[in-house]
Amino acid sequence: MTQAAADPRYGAAPPPRRRWRLSWNDPRTRNLAVQAAAIAVVAAAVWYLAGNAGRNLAARHIATGFAFLHRVAGIPIAEQPIPYDPATSTFARALLEGVLNTLKVSLAGIVLATILGTFVGIARLAPNWLLSRLAAVYVEVLRDIPLLLQLLFWYTLLQTLPAPRQAVHLGPAFLSNRGLRLPGLVWQPAHSWAALAALAGVVLSVLWARRARARQDATGVRPPVWPVAVALIIGLPVAVWAVLGAPLGFDVPVRKGFGFAGGVTVSPEYAALLAGLVIYTAAYVAEIVRSGIEAVPRGQWEAAGALGLRRGAILRMIVLPQALRVIIPPMTSEYLNLTKNSSLAVAIGYQDIVSIASTTLNQTGQAIEGIAIIMAVYLVISLTISLFMNWYNARVALVER
Amino acid sequence: MGIAVSAAAQAREHPPIGTSGPIGWLRANLFGTWWSTAVTLLLGWLLLRWAWGLIDWGVVHAVWTVPQTPQGGPDPARCRALQGAGACWAMIGDKARFILFGQYPYQQQWRPALCVLLFIALYGVSASRRFWRRELGYLWVLVLAAILALMWGGFAGLPFVANDQWGGLPITLLLSTFGLALAFPLAVLVALGRRSRELPVVRLLCVLYVELIRGVPLISLLFMASVMFPLFMPEGMNPDKLLRAQVAFILFAAAYLAEVVRGGLQALPKGQTEAADALGLSYWAKVRLVVLPQALRLVIPPLVNTFIGFFKDTSLVLIIGLTDLLTAGKVALADPVWTGFAREVYLFLAVIYFAFCFAMSRYSRGLEAHLAAARSR
Repeated sequence: MTQAAADPRYGAAPPPRRRWRLSWNDPRTRNLAVQAAAIAVVAAAVWYLAGNAGRNLAARHIATGFAFLHRVAGIPIAEQPIPYDPATSTFARALLEGVLNTLKVSLAGIVLATILGTFVGIARLAPNWLLSRLAAVYVEVLRDIPLLLQLLFWYTLLQTLPAPRQAVHLGPAFLSNRGLRLPGLVWQPAHSWAALAALAGVVLSVLWARRARARQDATGVRPPVWPVAVALIIGLPVAVWAVLGAPLGFDVPVRKGFGFAGGVTVSPEYAALLAGLVIYTAAYVAEIVRSGIEAVPRGQWEAAGALGLRRGAILRMIVLPQALRVIIPPMTSEYLNLTKNSSLAVAIGYQDIVSIASTTLNQTGQAIEGIAIIMAVYLVISLTISLFMNWYNARVALVER
Repeated sequence: MGIAVSAAAQAREHPPIGTSGPIGWLRANLFGTWWSTAVTLLLGWLLLRWAWGLIDWGVVHAVWTVPQTPQGGPDPARCRALQGAGACWAMIGDKARFILFGQYPYQQQWRPALCVLLFIALYGVSASRRFWRRELGYLWVLVLAAILALMWGGFAGLPFVANDQWGGLPITLLLSTFGLALAFPLAVLVALGRRSRELPVVRLLCVLYVELIRGVPLISLLFMASVMFPLFMPEGMNPDKLLRAQVAFILFAAAYLAEVVRGGLQALPKGQTEAADALGLSYWAKVRLVVLPQALRLVIPPLVNTFIGFFKDTSLVLIIGLTDLLTAGKVALADPVWTGFAREVYLFLAVIYFAFCFAMSRYSRGLEAHLAAARSR
């Protein structure tokens, strides 16, 4: 471009457009023909397959379309994020339960895998030889064993726990092969208000941090941010809760018959799936974090050391923020992998979207619709995660002048 | 006199005991600060306890053989008596051949065993840079054909074994290796299509294919192969399950490999294609003689890593009921004689998967270092 502007021989006029000839020697004709052929091949394949499918469906008396979504499902669902009754709820609601279960395990998995993986990744670079070796062994071993095998292993391990009758007491909680039974909080209006206050605290903290930065830019003095944020996010809800009379009640589980009554349950399926996903993905996250940290030039460490910062402070304030730029793109694909891998739930009986959709397609026989639903759900989740991570990446990316 | 002085000087030149040698190493790497010392002690204690527990379970208290029952089957009473305090390796001894080769006729199991060796030899030859030339492609075709012939049999006195009787490790190796071998050419075409500027329609189709496959989990593709694929076939034509799963794997692998290959194409300096254009090479001559030889060489380490992923992903066929290594292990667990020894079986399977994947990942890392060194020279 610059060359074209500098040299008067270029750029004055575009090269003359060659006339389009209807000959095989004209690249444009050739390209058009190739693309037309590509479209024709794809269209023919689709038409052929659709024709076969139509004949097969008619021969087997399988209905088409999504009308089945409004019929009563009758699928028993153990894990219900929203109220569901097999006798009256529809397929649409059953599938929604599946989507919510997928999101439940994926989001928790992403957060926990990031935390564990970051620790392992940092540990791999630790000056302590034993710690770094152990972290390396963790990464190497867990990456080289299929996730499905790990899931089955964790699930089997959880099933060898004692039956509810001999359940292990962990304070007020029970641990048995039916999962972990925890005391649940009895929800009261004061708690809703406190939650709202916490939300307000987050918003206020963000505003305060922005003001603090503006002030630092203007005067060079940085007002305290963290103490204020902690006070707003934790102190405010506690104050609201206390003002409303500090109601606190727990639904403590008790043994009853062959099981328990009261409390909330973390099912063994959910625990095994979450543990497997987190432990497996953390090995990949650790490698990403390690290579991100190693991508930060040594001079940054040395300069920060020369300023008198300690190792932890250097890591937190100098190295990690710079490493984040290298880390985020591969981390995005790792999050996507975790979400897609959560579909292995079907192997251990956790009812995620794949599990419920496959039960649906077994009951209705409508395989095409069932698989289309699975794919659509995952495509939407994948796109959402990509969009969010791209937005975040654009925020932390180096802005060059 | 002078000698004595130099000896004394030499003695002084010895570094202080605390900064070199084993003690210095310990101080620098394990007990540098009080914090590091605490970490070392805590981890060391946990490691010792855990290692001791493992040895206690896996060696000291383990049962290696069990007596036969009068009916001729194994008698697991000795294992049951342990109540989980020791490993029951006798079960692995009894079931290893089933886990490794599935339902393949017992007398003929030397054939899948030979196939596994052929696979390993094929990987070994392909890993050596000395053999990276055209003939390697022919060798792959030849060896893969030989493996299929050996598995099926039906010639030279070998009885025919239908592929619904195949199982275990050969299935895992078959799915991943054939998946790679057949997906690779497709992946190269898709990667080239995605890069072509003159053919927007082809590019759009390639982008759609890659992003659609990469956006959904492999399980949905396997479900598609197992329940949806028969609906799309003309009446009376019903390819068997293994073939359907293999097709799903090829389509899946091609999308991921295409992205790897695209990375190599993008890393190639533009001057290479421009020089090829200036020489008047046609598109395919340019791709075949200039672009691919350089681009593919760049992406061999990520290709190996992708292959490790496929190798592990083949275990997902458990969900559609194909007998690969993992499924065979699970079926072995369902044997009422040996029920309850899941840990031993899963450990056995993990060791096999680990051995393959670890070898490949070490190889990939070594190659990466070598190629990086060659580039920076």
